[in-house]
Amino acid sequence: MTAIVLYGLRESVRRKMFAVVIVLTLAFLALYAWGTHAAFRDTRSFVGPGQEQLDPNVIAGAIVEGLAMFATLFLGAVLSVFLTLNVVRGDAEAGLLQPLVVRPVGRARLLLARFAGAAGVAAGYVLVVYFATVGITYWAGGWTPDRVVSPGIELAAAVVVVAAIALAGSVFFSPIANGIGTLMVFGGGLLVGLLGEIGRAIDSQRLQRIAGGAWWAFPFDALYEDALHRLTADTTGFAEFVLRLGPFGGSRQAGTALIVWSAAYLCLVGAAALAAFSVRDL
Amino acid sequence: MAPVLVAHGLEKRYRRVQALAGVDIEVGEGRLVGLLGPNGAGKSTLVKIACGLVRATAGSVEVAGAPAGSVAARRSLGYLAELFRFPAWMTADEVLALHQRLTGSTGGSSERGGLLELVGLPGARETRVGAMSKGMQQRLGLAQAMVGSPPILLLDEPTSALDPAGRRVVRELLEELRSRGTSVLLNSHLLSEVELVCDHVLIVDHGRVVAAGSPDELRREGGVEVETAAGARRFPDARRADVPRLVRELVAAGEDVYGVRVVTSTLEETYLEVVE
Repeated sequence: MTAIVLYGLRESVRRKMFAVVIVLTLAFLALYAWGTHAAFRDTRSFVGPGQEQLDPNVIAGAIVEGLAMFATLFLGAVLSVFLTLNVVRGDAEAGLLQPLVVRPVGRARLLLARFAGAAGVAAGYVLVVYFATVGITYWAGGWTPDRVVSPGIELAAAVVVVAAIALAGSVFFSPIANGIGTLMVFGGGLLVGLLGEIGRAIDSQRLQRIAGGAWWAFPFDALYEDALHRLTADTTGFAEFVLRLGPFGGSRQAGTALIVWSAAYLCLVGAAALAAFSVRDL
Repeated sequence: MAPVLVAHGLEKRYRRVQALAGVDIEVGEGRLVGLLGPNGAGKSTLVKIACGLVRATAGSVEVAGAPAGSVAARRSLGYLAELFRFPAWMTADEVLALHQRLTGSTGGSSERGGLLELVGLPGARETRVGAMSKGMQQRLGLAQAMVGSPPILLLDEPTSALDPAGRRVVRELLEELRSRGTSVLLNSHLLSEVELVCDHVLIVDHGRVVAAGSPDELRREGGVEVETAAGARRFPDARRADVPRLVRELVAAGEDVYGVRVVTSTLEETYLEVVE
């Protein structure tokens, strides 16, 4: 098992694509540092007479960190999709899978190991980028989220769920179809989350119900919104209201049931992938 | 010799295509069995079922007494796929080390070095797969299949990417394996190769075994040719046992006999006869 996990990890980080991801991430962090510095500087003048309860640092900090979390989730999701989109069908078509499957490791172990490798790399990437952005935000404006660690963990968990969906898709679809399909599911999930925010803003029960249902179907969005919520979990009053209308949808507390469901969802998607892979002719 | 691989009534259907339609085979210990047949005959499917890569629709396959696809069966076999690749970033040594870990082989560095030498790649230990020619990768594939010294090797077109020198290396390797008691099921298009090294040959067509036997048995007698003063005379229905009688009759008839040859068909002729 360890051998195949290490193989999966090396397979993930040895690709040229991973070097491109590192370069682009460094570029993103540099731009983020520049933009965050400017955001804190420019929002100092926001507070007018009678608005002393509105701390511009909280507004700027929460908004830019929210932006960073959206970008981190997006990059992490794209990375996890690219690491898993070809694990079964793609690798089988390329002839990479057969020499491994005939070994006495078992298909379930092989799939779990490849998942562990890809999910580990993607989750690690998300955690590194998230904590880098938290550090940059603190450096630029002296602001830190109300909860520092748990939003990063939830963001990483969201990316792991996306990786599981792409891995399950790789059993059925060719790499290109699987990549496009998984990213569409990911985009759809985020979009329905925004729809829910619009529903709350205009008080549409139907939109809120649709968004609520989508949370169960796409728990990565529930994890993301819960992570956003934790950024300003202790912020109250007018600042909380302003942040809820922020540009990246809002934050919403997922609740224990959805967090538990996310874990169960991961197991269900994994079980479906294992069941399909175990009977697939290679 | 106890059979290492046994298939009974093996059938495989891919939707509307009947790839195998009731195949029975046995590969005995230390035997080298060749599988011949046209494209789409079902040879690769048969090998893949034995490896556990493909599930049979009906029938059964046992490898070293265990059902094909089970962990015990996979522990007993080495496999070289017709189309395979190793990650381009791995070195030959890393590929073999990975397969050693997957098979639980304790051979270590000396096994890896020995295998690379056996397949004619003694200097390629640190060469990356991406820098290897197709022929070198094919040889590395063979070495990979032999990791852990499995009692049976399933080789699907092992010489397809090799030049004549490489094919010779594989032939010598197969003979070496036979001498060590390893059983081999060799799927190949190259009749000459099968004819040279295999103890037993199965010709498969449309998912069925249409001819089986040793290469000698499959080469059919095609009459007797007698060289006389009047030229070569052909007796198409005569067999080897008829030669003394034929010569006596010709001499009695006043003919001078200069030579006699029992005509046998080649494996290729037999093959073409049964698959057409």
